[in-house]
Amino acid sequence: MNLIQLSLKNVLDKPLSSLLSVLLFGFGVSIIVSILLVGSFLKNEVTKNAQGIDLVVGAKGSPLQIILASIFHIDFPTGNISLEDADDLTKNRLVASAIPLSLGDSYQGYRIVGTTKQYPLLYQASLEEGRWFDENMVATIGASVAKELNIKLGDELQSAHGLAEGGEEHEDYPFRVVGIMKATGSAIDQLILVSVASVWEVHSGHEEHEHEDESLHDMVNLEKLGLTVSLEQLENEDITSLLITYRSPMAAVQLPRIVNETSNLQAASPPFETARLFNIIGIGVDVVTILGIIIVILSATSVFIALFNSLKERKYELAIMRSMGASQRKIVILIISEGILLTFIGTIFGFGLAHFGFAVLSSSLEQIQAEGIFFIYEEFYVVLGSWVIGILASVVPALLTYRSDISETLSKA
Amino acid sequence: MVQIEKLKHAYGKTLIGYPDWKVGQGDHAMIVGNSGCGKTTLLHLIAGLMKSASGELVVEGKNLAKLSTSGLDRFRGENIGIVFQRPHLVRALTVVENLILAQQLGRRKKNLTKVNHILGTLEIEALKKRKVYQLSQGQAQRVSIGRAVVNEPKLLLADEPTASLDDRNCERVIKLLKSQAEMNKATLIVATHDQRVKNEFANRLSL
Repeated sequence: MNLIQLSLKNVLDKPLSSLLSVLLFGFGVSIIVSILLVGSFLKNEVTKNAQGIDLVVGAKGSPLQIILASIFHIDFPTGNISLEDADDLTKNRLVASAIPLSLGDSYQGYRIVGTTKQYPLLYQASLEEGRWFDENMVATIGASVAKELNIKLGDELQSAHGLAEGGEEHEDYPFRVVGIMKATGSAIDQLILVSVASVWEVHSGHEEHEHEDESLHDMVNLEKLGLTVSLEQLENEDITSLLITYRSPMAAVQLPRIVNETSNLQAASPPFETARLFNIIGIGVDVVTILGIIIVILSATSVFIALFNSLKERKYELAIMRSMGASQRKIVILIISEGILLTFIGTIFGFGLAHFGFAVLSSSLEQIQAEGIFFIYEEFYVVLGSWVIGILASVVPALLTYRSDISETLSKA
Repeated sequence: MVQIEKLKHAYGKTLIGYPDWKVGQGDHAMIVGNSGCGKTTLLHLIAGLMKSASGELVVEGKNLAKLSTSGLDRFRGENIGIVFQRPHLVRALTVVENLILAQQLGRRKKNLTKVNHILGTLEIEALKKRKVYQLSQGQAQRVSIGRAVVNEPKLLLADEPTASLDDRNCERVIKLLKSQAEMNKATLIVATHDQRVKNEFANRLSL
């Protein structure tokens, strides 16, 4: 029977009041841990999706919106840019490469992206089965799309205009699925990739465009974009945005200014815009963090009150332990370890709750491909903090016992 | 052995003096007097639970006035067993665990055989796995006697041990205190105002 065992028995002797302290503390801790987990997950997600992209160029509008639409595929694009403008920009010597994106259509809520093979390569995506979208009107789809919609090779997809479900369908232009990608954990898992020309073809019918045989015209090779188009297409067609890689660090300074000041295009830098996004989200996160801290403080108070009450009841018991030879130090350690025990069990409960909750959330939400059980170093501080709070909550009751006169207590018995 | 000479206790600003008194090793003695006359205070002084203002107080060859607070805690744990008016056992523990706790607080090795033996002599071995709140008043008082003697103290003190007990339990508790003291060859001092036990002890200090 050492002191730790005795304090455990004392804690278990008051199951309801101990449970209340543990629950309160656990919920406080789980809120804080959840915020940490979600925060680290988001940051991780952002870096994963924005890797290799130095600059996104789209139509004039909100730069944040361009980033959200072109990198994370969660907002609507700002509009279109002409292929000619895009081509002109890529001829700049500061641009190493540029991937064209043509957005605006979807299939059952999943976005169809007209692009080149460079795009899946950017995310190190590889094929699970089939092949890449090498010709027009074929599609290679992301792992999540295939899984959720149960699409197999050879299936035909009727694209719909607009990014939400229920848009007007392009009935005459189905895409044939020729490949399915392996899961990457990035936004590409949610996408249906087709060639840029396919998107033009779908919309040319839509816009009553006169469709002529391209082979009759001179073809031009847009080297940095990785596209080969006819002169007519170069003049008339649009794309949505460009994902640009810089040739040199110098470009980071010059290129955005060149784009924003000298063309009718808009440049958006992923790190800058995501930092801005986190600032906006940050206010909400702060509010929730404060809520978590308030709950932890409340629970510390409840641990304090629980200890205080139980000590009032047990003061004869403790005085008698003194009379049996326990030193003041031993009694103080006993009480503090009861406080720490309550907050420690609460912390474990809170951690369990947060990680379990996160695991459930990430497995139920298709947009999130994260493992529920991962630990981040900030959590160490939460553990440390909860110990400190446990000590603080029990230090006052412990000191009161330390100073109490055992003879006086016992003679009042 | 307990020896008191010109012992004074400060109660606030007033000093209360006690008559000189001596209890030999292995003797049984009692302190009698009405409530509020200082019986408990004297017993607490002897037990080292509080410090005297002046005078000599020698217990088992040690002058208690010269010991520090932690030194007193230690001395008490190793040499003195105390039975209080109310048992105040550790609520969260069973009967056996209460006695083991006493062994450990008195810096003894855990000795289950000894605990069981003592519970046997107190005729409460059957209750050993019970939580203390499942015991009757008389049973709990017997456990507290067991707790006081488990470390074989040289001095066994009892403060009004019979005050809240009925006649049958009163007689039994006095008998047990005497027999346990004899078994351990311990000096026994009982402070009481209980008329029922007045004639049990020869060496009496009246306050």
